Amino acid sequence: MIRSILIAVLAIVVVSTAYWGYQEHQEKNSILIKAESSYQRAFHDLTYNLDQLHDEIGATLAMNSKKQLSPSLADVWRVTSMAQVNLGQLPLALMPFNKTEEYLYKVGNFSYRNAIRDLDKEPLTNEEYKVLKELYQQSGEIQKEMRQIQSMVLKDNLRWMDVELALASEVEPLDNAIIDGFKIVNEKVEGFNEVEWGADLPQLQANDELLSKRFTGKEISKEEAKEIALAFCELENAKVEVEETGDGLAYKSYSVMINDPKHKANIFMDISKKGGHPIWLLQDRQIGETKISLNEAAEKAKAFLEKNNHKQMQLVDSKQYNAVGVFNFVYLKDNVRVYPDSIVIEVSLQDKQIIGYEATAYLANHRKRTIPAPKLTMEEAKKSLNPALEVKEHHLALIKNELEDEVLTHEFFGVINNDTYRIFINAQTGHEEQVEKLDNAEPVYKSR
Amino acid sequence: MNKAVRTISLLMFICIFGCSIVFQPTNVEAFSNQIIQQGATGDDVVELQARLQYIGFYHGTIDGVYGWGTYWAVRKFQEQFGLTIDGLVGSEMKAILKKNTNYDYKWVHKQFYEGRKFTYYGATPKELQTGPKGSRSPQKEPAKRSQQGKAPTPWKQPTTGKTPTQGGTPTPGPVKTPPTTPVPAEEPVKGEKKQEKADIHEAINVPAGFSQNDIRMMAQAVYGEARGEPYIGQVAVAAVILNRVKSPSFPNTPSGVIFEPRAFTAVADGQIWLDPDETARRAVLDAINGQDPSGNALYYFNPSTATSGWIWSRPQVRKIGKHIFCK
Repeated sequence: MIRSILIAVLAIVVVSTAYWGYQEHQEKNSILIKAESSYQRAFHDLTYNLDQLHDEIGATLAMNSKKQLSPSLADVWRVTSMAQVNLGQLPLALMPFNKTEEYLYKVGNFSYRNAIRDLDKEPLTNEEYKVLKELYQQSGEIQKEMRQIQSMVLKDNLRWMDVELALASEVEPLDNAIIDGFKIVNEKVEGFNEVEWGADLPQLQANDELLSKRFTGKEISKEEAKEIALAFCELENAKVEVEETGDGLAYKSYSVMINDPKHKANIFMDISKKGGHPIWLLQDRQIGETKISLNEAAEKAKAFLEKNNHKQMQLVDSKQYNAVGVFNFVYLKDNVRVYPDSIVIEVSLQDKQIIGYEATAYLANHRKRTIPAPKLTMEEAKKSLNPALEVKEHHLALIKNELEDEVLTHEFFGVINNDTYRIFINAQTGHEEQVEKLDNAEPVYKSR
Repeated sequence: MNKAVRTISLLMFICIFGCSIVFQPTNVEAFSNQIIQQGATGDDVVELQARLQYIGFYHGTIDGVYGWGTYWAVRKFQEQFGLTIDGLVGSEMKAILKKNTNYDYKWVHKQFYEGRKFTYYGATPKELQTGPKGSRSPQKEPAKRSQQGKAPTPWKQPTTGKTPTQGGTPTPGPVKTPPTTPVPAEEPVKGEKKQEKADIHEAINVPAGFSQNDIRMMAQAVYGEARGEPYIGQVAVAAVILNRVKSPSFPNTPSGVIFEPRAFTAVADGQIWLDPDETARRAVLDAINGQDPSGNALYYFNPSTATSGWIWSRPQVRKIGKHIFCK
């Protein structure tokens, strides 16, 4: 009797476990299929985009009328951004496919700039036309390779989930048809690098390369770096560790760690080897209650800059985040705000301590400049503004425009319908260089 | 006409200023003695906005953040009262404000914390200016507020002397009310028209170009990836995310970068959904403000767990905590 009950119970357990296992299995499969489908969609969309890219560049080349060139270049730009998005959805991270992504970016950038430019006044130069031809040929090669991968994927039913697994396990050499195909594409693109993009194209130059060019002067020693760091932090007799940074940076610098005994926290900073400029500083500590006002902190930040020989700096933005005040200063030359030369300072609102300093932008951009006199007066520049804008404030400012050139502008702050805008009007040509909506406070959304 | 207004307001200013010298000591307290500057947050800003709204200078949301709307209101006020137009609210401006407006501390704060939609125009009875409880965005217990990891401090009373005695009754006894309120005749009407729109709503500063939710998402990624790491290691991870957003070889949004398949282990193993702490959030803010201890790095890895040989071939910048940052 007991035995049969036991058997019955066990049978029920077995059956229900089997059923549960089956359910789980089904669920897992359906999730896998969903993930696989979204990879497949991204992949096939990508190949479709690359097809389109080739065709669009071809169409641009075939066009005679300059008026129609702009829309078709804009189309090239649109297709490249879509291809970039689709690429970002494939599980390729940590796989060397970056050259291809960079290539797409450059094509997009090239087409965008030429699409927005007034081609009636400034038609494509011969060189630019040549670039376009090269791009056409190169995009054709990429298209061919991608189509080959695609046909393989379709024919052999290759799955992206296997790519993921292969990449995750990392048994070298990676033996996966899709990965191999993508590697071939990337190698092809690496060979393209010789394209002359034209003089006005911004090089993909990282900040650290710019910095390495700007640093001059004699190299300092570790001891000197230590002294500079202590003086900068207004500390004495603190424990200091100095290390050299790795080869990855284009400039040489020292990383300094100071033990701040008073706050029981570490201060980290970087000092350039050449010239001994403090590049950034961060203090690692918890900030408690707000005890001083943002205004006092701003004064402190200003005094700190002056003490460190940055006399000509103007505060352009201040914000309070809990108990930290963040201040943005720019260089002021003959009453012109030089926006590229900016320094950010963070001050603790508990005890006025400088807890953050960031001068990379300043160090990378600051140099002796001759700023031309503006051709347009403020009143003349105002005419280029939207008449609905109620102008509240005006400054002269030097900014970097979309082409990464420094241009002198009239900076207007104004209000349309309760929204504040900042508008930069080129002081020589009257072009609107930049329009920004300033909206810095956000309501706190609470869960219902 | 304009000139007339100006002379009148100048006269009033002199009058008020005179009064304020004589009767000052009796009516202080509400504001703390800080100079309020653009970008500030906290109770003083709530009071400033409420008082400016009371006399019709400010029509925006009373949100406790000294943003652009408040800045223009302050400047307009300074212009009309002949003060230096600099957007800084010092003792002089505060004294004038106090003379000309009532600030019902208790009432305003009650609305603020109960989450009511309300306005604070002087000429309208208060009862007409408040909505039902919770009418702006439902929010129950204040405990929730601090739990969410933002702004626990600014709402604290910075001064001790703040008494709720001002509440309700219009300026009590010893204060000589100035001959007229400086509000131009049409202002209250304008105020009434607007009162449906204007409201109070707690807000916080966010850096340009990022929303609170972007920051939260990045903080989750930083927390999931680097929570036992030293602070600058966390800032560096946040900086890597931002460097990738800027880099042409990666997606162009923070969410695109974070959720790129196989980019971050915290996404793969679900740790990104942990609740980030305040440190991670601060690290993200620091990175957004330009700090980059990683030195423009695009990758980082933990040498003890990294399996990819390729990652070792990247030029290394530095090691912070357990992570090596490279380009």
